[in-house]
Amino acid sequence: MAHHPFTRRTLLGAGALLGLDAAAGGRARAATPLTVGFIYVGPKDDYGYNQAHAQAAKALKGMSGIEITEEERVPETNAVEKTMESMINLDGATLLFPTSFGYYSPYLLNEARKNPKIQFRHCGGLWTEKDPQNAGSYFGYIAQGQYLNGIVAAHASKSKKIGFVAAKPIPQVLNNVNAFLLGARSVDPAITCQVIFTGEWSLAVKEAEATNALVDGGADVITCHVDSPKVVVETAARRGAFVCGYHVNQSPLAPQKYLTGAEWNWLPIYKDAIAAMQAGKVPAHFVRGGLADGYVKMSPYGPAVSDGARRNADAVKAEMLKGGYAIIKGPLKDNTGKEVMPAGKAYPEKAVELEGTNYLVEGVKGSV
Amino acid sequence: MVADAAPSKLAADRPRGWTSLPLRAWLARRCEALAIPVGAALVGFLLFGLFLAALGKSPLQLVDIVWRGGFGSPFALGNSLQRAAPLLFAALCVALPARLGLVVIGGEGAIVLGGLAAAAAAQPLAGLPALLAVPLMAGAAMLAGAVWIGAVGWLQAYRNVNATISSLLLSYIAIALANHLIEGPLRDPASLNKPSTLPVGDAFMLGPMPVIGVHWGLGCGILACLIAYVLMDRTTLGFAARIAGGNVRAAQIQGLPVGRLIVGFTALGGAFAALAGYFEVAAVQGNANGTLAAGYGYTGILVAFLARQNPLAIMPVAFLLGGIEASSGLIQRRMQLPDATVLVLEGLLFLVVLLSETLYGRFKPFNPHLWAEKREAVPA
Repeated sequence: MAHHPFTRRTLLGAGALLGLDAAAGGRARAATPLTVGFIYVGPKDDYGYNQAHAQAAKALKGMSGIEITEEERVPETNAVEKTMESMINLDGATLLFPTSFGYYSPYLLNEARKNPKIQFRHCGGLWTEKDPQNAGSYFGYIAQGQYLNGIVAAHASKSKKIGFVAAKPIPQVLNNVNAFLLGARSVDPAITCQVIFTGEWSLAVKEAEATNALVDGGADVITCHVDSPKVVVETAARRGAFVCGYHVNQSPLAPQKYLTGAEWNWLPIYKDAIAAMQAGKVPAHFVRGGLADGYVKMSPYGPAVSDGARRNADAVKAEMLKGGYAIIKGPLKDNTGKEVMPAGKAYPEKAVELEGTNYLVEGVKGSV
Repeated sequence: MVADAAPSKLAADRPRGWTSLPLRAWLARRCEALAIPVGAALVGFLLFGLFLAALGKSPLQLVDIVWRGGFGSPFALGNSLQRAAPLLFAALCVALPARLGLVVIGGEGAIVLGGLAAAAAAQPLAGLPALLAVPLMAGAAMLAGAVWIGAVGWLQAYRNVNATISSLLLSYIAIALANHLIEGPLRDPASLNKPSTLPVGDAFMLGPMPVIGVHWGLGCGILACLIAYVLMDRTTLGFAARIAGGNVRAAQIQGLPVGRLIVGFTALGGAFAALAGYFEVAAVQGNANGTLAAGYGYTGILVAFLARQNPLAIMPVAFLLGGIEASSGLIQRRMQLPDATVLVLEGLLFLVVLLSETLYGRFKPFNPHLWAEKREAVPA
């Protein structure tokens, strides 16, 4: 592998001397395809988090000058370091996307220090200037999608009780729970949302139990934030509840009961990073964005969504597409009665404070 | 067949040839202990080859990939050894109680609690010299694991609670307890989206071993296997434990302290498993978090059974399984097979080796008592 970068550099150097940068660069690219590695913590077909990334990776496969190498079910242990090294040494990968949150520290940081010529971009982490310059992180404001889910859920709910199956009480999850309830309350302030934490990212039995418990408690629209929503979606639909999806479009699992869903769209982020690499530049270190940036999208509405609900959700979505939309805005209390945001203050989508959320808003039943 | 006829003939012709017969008998038994598991593993690989062929994939390519991914280069070897390290400890937690007749499958809980105890102990020890703090952290981990799995032994010995069930259930409790502490009282407030304890600090972290570059868990794991072997097979204490495992009533009649032996050896197994958690914290992650429950405890069961509960055999078996797991990435990337493929291979190996247990004592070449029977059978 070692002689390929050398060839490219020589070619680029020669090209620069001759004033033929573009032509030489083009030739060099054709000679050495860019190998991009994707690492997933679960199976690629989990109808969830990993599938969202794998879909984007699959879409990249048709692009010229790109080779994709993928590995699924890599645990968040030092095994992922070996996977990264293997992709670098055996596959010649020069751009890696380890997509699970737990890969970042210490594993990705270790490998980034060990391989200064390889670019690492991580999903979900908070890259800062003191981290290695060949590392970086990206994420999407998917709480916007959960807010829209909440609006549609409120129109569909008859019991005025909606339910949320959540993995762990961490900021990214709490933002989604809060957004789902606030979206619903923007339609009907009487709505409440029961949340149940399963404690694990992927634990099918508990997810089914939680879904059943929510429906037993009267909830008639269910959404979730777990790695693979398949069990939640199928269980809720079987129990007769409506479902709002998460991560990817789960409507094939419950065609009649699926209302809409908050989906990731990682493709633009991956395309940007690859384009930067191909242009000989360093991909962006810190990428964040929501609906307006195209990093988050909504599933098509299901047959049970009323026209009123569509109009309502579409109107809010149009606002969000302008950018800077604030879901968390004062006056706002948490569900213990404490004020978390005074009147007149708001956190727009890019507010870094949202990455530290540690409360459930008023109207959510459950505790952190 | 020719070979096995020879010793009995020899023994019959020369009644005083006792020096060669015990030696041959000893060799035969050793060969059986080696040939049956190795043969079973080969059958397992063969079945897996058929499975691959049925999927339209080349079994030979798999052999090539497992070799390259797990064993064929310094990088592959390091990868395998790194994965083998926690398995050594986890397997001992199964193997030691097994010699006393207990099937303990809850080592995962001891691993998690061991890691948590080490991380928790690091905080009050901050500022002490590493030479003092490092053994104390390891000691805290071992204590946690010993209490947890020792409790399994106690429940079995004094309350007649099945150790398999209690250890499994206790491991769920251990993981839940650890998650509660990691996400609650022991949480580092700065660990937002990945709840973790406070870092143990660079001063208390262990570096890699020289030359091979794998963390010290490997060296200590090998040492632990050797200690376990000497203890089990070369001391009176181990002998007493094996008697108790073979026949509890006989051991009791002999006046052996069966209850204390069970508690002691299960506690030791738990302490070893906890060391896997300790190294995960002090050599790999730098803090305790949810990924301590990475499944090493369960793979350790597989290792111990494949090694037939022999601490010496645990070492090569852990290395083999480490190699298979190390090559799982290449199996995915080169053969376009899902990761579950490796689980199928491991499951087949486990099944065939368990089935092969019924073969012991059936092959004449390996079993001196069959030679004798044959000799007696002739005059009759």
